[in-house]
Amino acid sequence: MTSADKQVEAKNRSLWGDVWSQFRTHKGAMVGMVVFSIILFGVTAGPFLWKTDPQYLDIRAKNTFPMISCFFTGSQIAQCFSDPTSIKFFDPDAEVLERIKVTWAHPIGSDQLGRDLLAQLLQGGRVSLAVGMTAMLLSLVLGTVAGVVAGYFKRLDGPIMRLTDLFLALPLLPLLLVIIMLFRDTLRNAFGPETGIFLLIVFIIGITSWMQTARIVRGDVLALKEREFILAANSIGTPSKRIITRHILPNILSPIMVSATLGVATAIITESALSFLGLGFPSDFPTWGRLLFDGTTFIQQSPARVIWPGLAISLTVLSVNFIGDGLRDALDPRIRGR
Amino acid sequence: MLNYTIRRLMFTIPTLLFISFVIFLILDLAPNDPTGNLPMTIPPEVREKIRISLGLDAPMYVRYLLWCKQFFINEPLNLIGEWFNICIGACEDRLRVRSWATRSPVVDLIAERMPQTLWVVGMSYVVSIVIALPIGVISAYKQYSWFDQIGTFVSMIGFSIPTFFTGVMLIVIFSVWVPNDSIFWLPSIYDTTHKVTDWSSFWFQMRQMVMPVMVLALYNAAQLSRFMRASMLDNLSQDYVRTARAKGLKEKTVLLVHVLRNSMIPVVTVIALSVPQVFGGAIITEQIFRVNGLGQLLIIGIQGADIPLVQTLTFVFAVLIVLFNLVADILYGLLDPRIRYD
Amino acid sequence: MKLTHFVATTWSVALMSTSALAGSHLAQGRDGNVNIIYWQAVSILNPFLSGGTKDIDASNLILEPLARYDQDGNMVPWLATEIPTVENGGVSEDLTSITWNIKPGIKWSDGTDFTAADVVFTAEYCMNEDGGCKQTTSFSDVESVVADDDLTVTVTFTKPKPFHYGAFVGGTSPILQAAQFKDCVGAAAPNCTEQNFNPIGTGPFMVNEFRANDVVTMVANPNYRDPSKPAFASLTFKGGGDAASAGRAVLETGEFDYAWNLQIDPTVLADMAEAGNGTVVSSFGTAVERMMVNMTNPSADLGDKRSTLEGGPHPFLSDPAVRRALSIAIDRNLLAEVGYGAAGTATCNVVPAPTIYASTANDECLVQNIELANQVLDDAGWARGADGIREKDGVRLSILYQTSTNAVRQDTQALVKQWWTEIGVETELKNIDAAVFFGGDQSSPDTFQKFFADIEMYTNLFDGTDPEAYMNSWTCAEIPSPENNWLGSNMPRYCNADYDALATELSETAAIEDRARIVMKMNDMLMAEGAMIPLVHRGRVSAHANSLNGVILNTWDSEMWNAADWTRGE
Repeated sequence: MTSADKQVEAKNRSLWGDVWSQFRTHKGAMVGMVVFSIILFGVTAGPFLWKTDPQYLDIRAKNTFPMISCFFTGSQIAQCFSDPTSIKFFDPDAEVLERIKVTWAHPIGSDQLGRDLLAQLLQGGRVSLAVGMTAMLLSLVLGTVAGVVAGYFKRLDGPIMRLTDLFLALPLLPLLLVIIMLFRDTLRNAFGPETGIFLLIVFIIGITSWMQTARIVRGDVLALKEREFILAANSIGTPSKRIITRHILPNILSPIMVSATLGVATAIITESALSFLGLGFPSDFPTWGRLLFDGTTFIQQSPARVIWPGLAISLTVLSVNFIGDGLRDALDPRIRGR
Repeated sequence: MLNYTIRRLMFTIPTLLFISFVIFLILDLAPNDPTGNLPMTIPPEVREKIRISLGLDAPMYVRYLLWCKQFFINEPLNLIGEWFNICIGACEDRLRVRSWATRSPVVDLIAERMPQTLWVVGMSYVVSIVIALPIGVISAYKQYSWFDQIGTFVSMIGFSIPTFFTGVMLIVIFSVWVPNDSIFWLPSIYDTTHKVTDWSSFWFQMRQMVMPVMVLALYNAAQLSRFMRASMLDNLSQDYVRTARAKGLKEKTVLLVHVLRNSMIPVVTVIALSVPQVFGGAIITEQIFRVNGLGQLLIIGIQGADIPLVQTLTFVFAVLIVLFNLVADILYGLLDPRIRYD
Repeated sequence: MKLTHFVATTWSVALMSTSALAGSHLAQGRDGNVNIIYWQAVSILNPFLSGGTKDIDASNLILEPLARYDQDGNMVPWLATEIPTVENGGVSEDLTSITWNIKPGIKWSDGTDFTAADVVFTAEYCMNEDGGCKQTTSFSDVESVVADDDLTVTVTFTKPKPFHYGAFVGGTSPILQAAQFKDCVGAAAPNCTEQNFNPIGTGPFMVNEFRANDVVTMVANPNYRDPSKPAFASLTFKGGGDAASAGRAVLETGEFDYAWNLQIDPTVLADMAEAGNGTVVSSFGTAVERMMVNMTNPSADLGDKRSTLEGGPHPFLSDPAVRRALSIAIDRNLLAEVGYGAAGTATCNVVPAPTIYASTANDECLVQNIELANQVLDDAGWARGADGIREKDGVRLSILYQTSTNAVRQDTQALVKQWWTEIGVETELKNIDAAVFFGGDQSSPDTFQKFFADIEMYTNLFDGTDPEAYMNSWTCAEIPSPENNWLGSNMPRYCNADYDALATELSETAAIEDRARIVMKMNDMLMAEGAMIPLVHRGRVSAHANSLNGVILNTWDSEMWNAADWTRGE
């Protein structure tokens, strides 16, 4: 009876089931998962629920404040929420009166041209997340492959590491100018302006950020290669491919996970720097990084413009990081066993 | 190990030459132009003359070879000449690598900017290492404790908020909101001509460094502490740690001698790899606080398509990267006796 | 080495003279230090080797021309005794020569005399073919510059020159010291780092320390012609960063006294000014933000003939109705208000100033009229398709609209795109890094000269007060094409024989009233044909600390033109 029970239990347990049950015990990872799902849901479904066009310029409602500022109106809070347009703010100065204003049409405010911030945030999130994730994956794959190959095959170590040096040394901005000049029109004709630029940016960020991952992975592989279990696998004639996939990769997951979580943030921020230099998406195409950059000028006038995109980026990075932590623990057989 | 070092050093020369050529190729292909930032009142014909006077009409390989000659032969000769105060050959007419925008030798420009970059960016790296290592170690040792959670939170915030935002935020708080006469007031603009001669000028230097150093340190510490924590965690679950504990070693010894030493291996790579970045400066932060160091020099050069300046600067940067990669590899071997290079 | 020593000695001389005059109320250097911040850093102090405004402004604290323009665009004698005219005999009747008389007793900051030989040398320096001089337009058509005696210089032109004040007038054409620069003529010019970084001048200040692309520190010139000026003993000219933080440093933190060219959001600037530390000043010159309309076909299918006359006319912008509709659909007042604030006013002219040249014939466009624009397009047969975009004979009104990367320009693009959508015109926006867009790299498809787009937007202006060279930009000969390596300033590819005839007439007319009439006619012609769509007449906005007195913002000359008169007030 008991032995039959054990058999059933053993049958039902799979590697990924184990990983999942371990992952679930990680509180931070679960919270991160929930937050990330909310963000993901928000940016994918959001634009269908909040239908304001992020590009529409409602110039009369420029620089509106978020509805939260109603809480600062003292006795008029109720009136402010029910009929925001009727509110005249505390400052009697006419100029300030014009600028401090709220409306339900722009619940979290609008920018200096009257574009709705909420719609921009939702729309921008799609792009930022897509860029962050794809570029991170690309650089991760490149970096891991380069690192593992360089660390494991001694003959390829020199050439690959010199290639890494080359990429580390390349001046990024002129390189971008060259790539964009060479490929922008071709990609635009092939995929349209937005997808074309998207591919270009993902490619650029991916190809210029894999080197650190490669160096770290290589270092770990070098150390692993001398460990007893690899030597043992070697001595029984396990092919290199199998050693790498079965023994090496699972053991270097933690630096890869750290690189991945940091990579999402780097990609989102690099994208904003690119937009700032005019090398990114067209100017009427919001992304979180771009919203944050544009808002920085207005940090004293309307802090909401930096708080929302800043919060969005931080929450994404934070949740991805916690998920990464959880995955790392769950994938590590030594921790999972405990 | 010595053999390995010598072999690697020999190999760096062709590598660097190749890198310098690739950099030159990219700069030459890039579509920006040195006359692009001139005012509109300068007519196209004059612009073309300016281009010719800069030598831009010569074929690409001629310009590359000229740069090579100027950088690899003339500049070292000039340097030796200046050190020993002697004149080697036709030292007056020897062409040095000159920036197109300032018409002055690039090497002099780099030397002029080195101090403020080393002060600010260098200090920020020191600060970030000092902050990040203990945070990483404690976070890993007390995994999922409140210290770890807060540490993760703060470092992720630090990492996910770009420096162009933190810089402006600090200026608004410490230079605008804090009254001018308060001791908490900090200058928003870095004075590069300031010389430290006594305590009060040292105090001023500290004050003007606080904001840029903090902005950079926050960003770097975040990254470093994550790597430290991950690496510690990896080692803490290894068998040798259990063995060490089983032997009855003190927890402190286990942690600081056994685990830390092994965990430092990947972290050392990250630190060694970031040393060249100290010399490369920090483009955005230097721009915001007007530290005007090497990062700002590079970005001005790129914006103005100042090819000799950008070429020389990036090449110097490449040399540092290659050298510090070598240093990182050697440190690897020293820290981990299992790694054999020969 | 020698120069540093020299500066040190003169500096001590300056200190001595200051203490000697300490009893007098108007001693030089009585007001300590003045801090100036430019968000572009100074790279060289020789204006002939740099075209950048920042370099010219900084060098104008040291070097001076024979005459300058004042804040209203009038010429004032500076190192000359008077402005030469035909009436006072300074200009020959046939307009082929001009004679300048130099004020006696002017000294260089090293104590030597300023003579006509220095003026002659400056002309030789810039007119040398190998020198890479960036101000050669000031010396166009100059045949020779001769010193008649120590204080008289005659400039002879190759042909009658109705506008003869190019050379030695204004901040872009100051006088260099012959003794200092004698070995720096021609190909040697760029290699004279010591001279280019530390020019000796006649102006109120002289260089103490120069750090390229960073900061210049200056001290008062002890040999300045007015012993009571400048009021400041020293000056710091810091560069770098961005406009917003420069404004903040003057208006909010009070670390600096003067900030240049504050191109920031008007509401942000107004809030900064409210802090009460400083004052925002603005002034208008000739700069106009405008759209260039491509009259030729930019389609990529044309290959080498793209955007050239040979490639044929533009599929829809060649229709005058479309050009007019695009223009009147724009609310210029709103563009000026949102993007420029006090530094911009709506304009319908490409020559908005000086007043005598400003036309009023085109003011239709000052008021936005979407209805009329729709009407015009309907009448011309452009009917709305299923997606709301107008079409005629299979041609869609779809515009690629390019400009340089700049926050204000991108805001303008967004607004214009929306208005054009309302009249059934589809717009794709593109912004290009300024160094690429305004650069002349032959291999780049993104330069403003190649104009591989339908509409492009930037600001253009003319130096000084005479628009002749500027008006010449839109003659047929100036059209950029592969034959002339895309060197030309006629971006719209506008070609009209009547316009060319007027340009020739202008070059032969001397009387200012007649010149004004011709320029106005040319301006109206360009506007009526819609070759350009002017948007905003742009001024310059700078800010100075309330404690800095005597600042008069001047857009016709260097902003530092009267720095000698600046003082420290309460």
